[in-house]
Amino acid sequence: MGKAIAIELKNITKTFGEVVANNNVDLDVQRGEILSILGENGSGKTTLMNMIAGIYFPDSGEILIDGKEVVIRSPKDAFAHHIGMIHQHFKLIDVFTAADNIILGEEYKGISIKDEITAIRDAHQKENSEFFDYNPDEDAGVLEYMSTPKRHKKGATALSVAAVPFKHLFRRIKFGWLSRNRAQAIQSIANRYGFEIDLKKKIYDMSVSEKQTVEIIKVLYRNADILILDEPTAVLTPQEIDKLFNVLRRMRDDGKSIIIITHKLNEVMEISDRVAVLRKGEHIATVETAYTNEQELTEMMVGKRVELNIDRSDPHDVADRIVVENISATNHDGIKVLDNVSFTARSGEILGIAGIAGSGQRELLEAIAGLQKLNGGDIWYFDPNSDNEKVDLRSKTPVQIRNLGVRLSFVPEDRLGMGLVGNMDLIDNMMLRSYRRGKSIFLDRKSPKTLAERIVQELEVVTPSTHTPVRRLSGGNVQKVLVGREIAAAPTVLMAAYPVRGLDINSSYTIYNLLNEQKEKGVAVIFVGEDLDVLIELCDRIMVVCAGRVTGIVDGRCAKKEDIGLLMTKTSQDEADISLKHKEGKNG
Amino acid sequence: MVKALGKTKFEPLMHISKRSDIEKWKSWLIRIGAGVLGLFVCAIVSAIFTKSFGGFFSSLFVGVFGSERRIWKLIKDIAILLCLALAVTPAFKMKFWNIGAEGQTIIGCLMSVICVHYLGGSLPNAALLVIMFLAAVAGGALWAVIPALFKAKWNTNETLFTLMMNYVGMQLVSFAINSWDTTGHAMYGNLTTGLFPSVGGNQYAINIIIAVVMTIAVFIYLRFSKHGYELTVVGESVNTAKYIGINVKKVIIRTMLVSGALCGIVGLMIVSGDAKTITPSVVSGRGFTAILVSWLAHFSPIGMVLTSFIVVFITQGAGQVSTDFDLGSGAFADMIAGVFLFFIIACEFFINYKVKFNMSHGIFKPLKKAQERRAAKKAAKEIVADNLGDALAADVVEDKISDEEEKG
Repeated sequence: MGKAIAIELKNITKTFGEVVANNNVDLDVQRGEILSILGENGSGKTTLMNMIAGIYFPDSGEILIDGKEVVIRSPKDAFAHHIGMIHQHFKLIDVFTAADNIILGEEYKGISIKDEITAIRDAHQKENSEFFDYNPDEDAGVLEYMSTPKRHKKGATALSVAAVPFKHLFRRIKFGWLSRNRAQAIQSIANRYGFEIDLKKKIYDMSVSEKQTVEIIKVLYRNADILILDEPTAVLTPQEIDKLFNVLRRMRDDGKSIIIITHKLNEVMEISDRVAVLRKGEHIATVETAYTNEQELTEMMVGKRVELNIDRSDPHDVADRIVVENISATNHDGIKVLDNVSFTARSGEILGIAGIAGSGQRELLEAIAGLQKLNGGDIWYFDPNSDNEKVDLRSKTPVQIRNLGVRLSFVPEDRLGMGLVGNMDLIDNMMLRSYRRGKSIFLDRKSPKTLAERIVQELEVVTPSTHTPVRRLSGGNVQKVLVGREIAAAPTVLMAAYPVRGLDINSSYTIYNLLNEQKEKGVAVIFVGEDLDVLIELCDRIMVVCAGRVTGIVDGRCAKKEDIGLLMTKTSQDEADISLKHKEGKNG
Repeated sequence: MVKALGKTKFEPLMHISKRSDIEKWKSWLIRIGAGVLGLFVCAIVSAIFTKSFGGFFSSLFVGVFGSERRIWKLIKDIAILLCLALAVTPAFKMKFWNIGAEGQTIIGCLMSVICVHYLGGSLPNAALLVIMFLAAVAGGALWAVIPALFKAKWNTNETLFTLMMNYVGMQLVSFAINSWDTTGHAMYGNLTTGLFPSVGGNQYAINIIIAVVMTIAVFIYLRFSKHGYELTVVGESVNTAKYIGINVKKVIIRTMLVSGALCGIVGLMIVSGDAKTITPSVVSGRGFTAILVSWLAHFSPIGMVLTSFIVVFITQGAGQVSTDFDLGSGAFADMIAGVFLFFIIACEFFINYKVKFNMSHGIFKPLKKAQERRAAKKAAKEIVADNLGDALAADVVEDKISDEEEKG
């Protein structure tokens, strides 16, 4: 390659208690390249990068920048070495403007008080000595006299010295004032790399993608040459991802080193020059993107061969199960979270819900589950066990819904905060749904125990015993316990919100298979997902939501990622014609 | 450009990491170690005043176990503190910060005394006790349910609310005493009726029986009943509770009713089985101490038997120390109890976290040097010993040779 190495990690190890997050990792990044750090959740990608960014300090190992060993103890040190990290969860102040956020924390680069005092003393001394060396007899004259060196009295020196701290303070305050006019400097950076940004906009008015732009400009403004981006595409639409990648390429061509943490293979292939694969805290290999493929990378990442296909069977015995008509809801702040939403979930079908995080997906599912207060609209359930009798679900509590004989299962987004109780063991968590059964005032732990054992066995949950608190299990196993419990209730409707978030590839595919199995059993499955590729592969129909409104329902078999992306950011117009276009496409 | 960052290695003094798990025996070792260490520190502190290190221990243990009377006092105090701890536990397990046990108990006391005051003498003692029991339970429950209702209805802060209810309760007792008072002393005389009968000659027997029954009952309620399960879920996560359809408000109100009712029973125990009178300070802060007892036991009713013993032991023992050495009022005893309990509470940190010292840190330099010196000395000694050994061996060999020569 012949490019200069910007940063090099040697034998980096970091442990948290007994957990080894990184074990003897070697890594190097060149100038003018994009390096992807690929690995499953918990493989130590973010930990490794946090050590470069000064958030963590390695237990052992060396970090070399431009061939010199450095110590990075804090983000400040990292900036001093021209390293900037854009974290997955943005660290911006909501009530500030973009410009204010960018200059925030910038240091006044003056000389220290001590140095200034020595400088004053030296200068005075020098001038005094010159004064004594000067012989006024040689030429006399007013002009000459004016230009003779001044003699500083002792008191004057002391006064100047004493004034230094106040001068410093004053400069600091003045700097604070001036910094409000730095927009130009920031704008020029933005123009250079093609960022679109309104510097006067407040953060709380910004979309996720705009916030990310602010974060990137912020590190560029601090002269970062090495940029680390932690899962930058996780919350972006396909269009926004394209825009981001263009900017990243421009920065690379400008000689910057860019590190992207990700677990999305297609993005790795698209953007990066080289890929470093981590697995369980170990560095497996660094390969050039041009000489590898997705299958090979997956094998490196997972450690064994994985089949990356989802079988999608054709729906059969399709019947309307849940019909949602024009529901609306507001949140605590009175902001509309659901706006006139209507759709139908059918049995034997997986209905996907796509949208930017926080577009009303959670509220929608919670409305059906009886957890969200509605302002208007209707929710109907057609009971397959009593000749498709129409049941009104609107404004019912979860218990009322269950008492109506509606077999509704719900895998919420927040697994340990809502779906399960982290401190309780598997058995007690199994009981959450069923503990009310029977008239006795005492609990029956026998059948939950059998259920827990069955789920552990069938879904291959890795746990020391059924008496282990679920918070001790890994993310994938927690999800298996939750999904297992919800499926065990023999549902007719199964709702799952982000069921594979944070899961490794194997666990993810287990979950997809479970959803598919339920679909084939005739369950109406509603699946809220974030990975558009998966949604397109798994779902029969995909409903796209944006800001609490349904912007389109497309067929999963012929949907295009780009079209869904457009629908995800659509405001109000021309939504009809895209969904129309698709219907036509489907019919034709 | 990049400023010089000093030394290239950053060595923190110690690493603190969270433990994911700890063996049972290890955690108990830490607790017992902390208890022993705490006692020693208490002994050192008291030695400053008493000039006697061993005297502290003898006074402490004699004060608690020295006579049959003292042992009974210990058991009786444990019974009341344990019952109070059991009473606050359901609410705390639900993460409802009820610091109003003091008030709920004193209302229980007041209700009992009201029954005695107006019905005493006109009813047989057993019937009177039943009425007192019902009144105390109702009073305690009422005092607890008021903040719970406000919390459920208007989401008021239960901590402040329950705290304020304590003062209202105490003032009500003062008011009652003053209005009954005929002597002008603002005191309520000793009760003659409405007292627990002695069983087998022991006047505290009923209190002890109630404590045993309550421990078992609360244990079963929390562990095996549906109510107990529901309040645990609410305490762990309100969202989960809502998700599975638990009526959170109902559970809060119900649990506080239970908690308050138990406090009411303790009120009755104090009036009929211990103090035999009523004053505004008859609960004497035990409503707050009970919270400590409950937390220390991690809300386990069985564990509370032990923690209430520890707390009563140290208070009683420290009281004896301060009497024996004439150290004045209760301040010294409180201080000793505080120091000891500090150790007991602080040791939980070492159960949850692991602290590893970094031996290469500068602070350990003298230690390291001493170690090196010792190692060097040892090595030198070994060399000497080796040489000496060789010399000895050489002597032996020489001796043998000369012996053989002589024979030959």
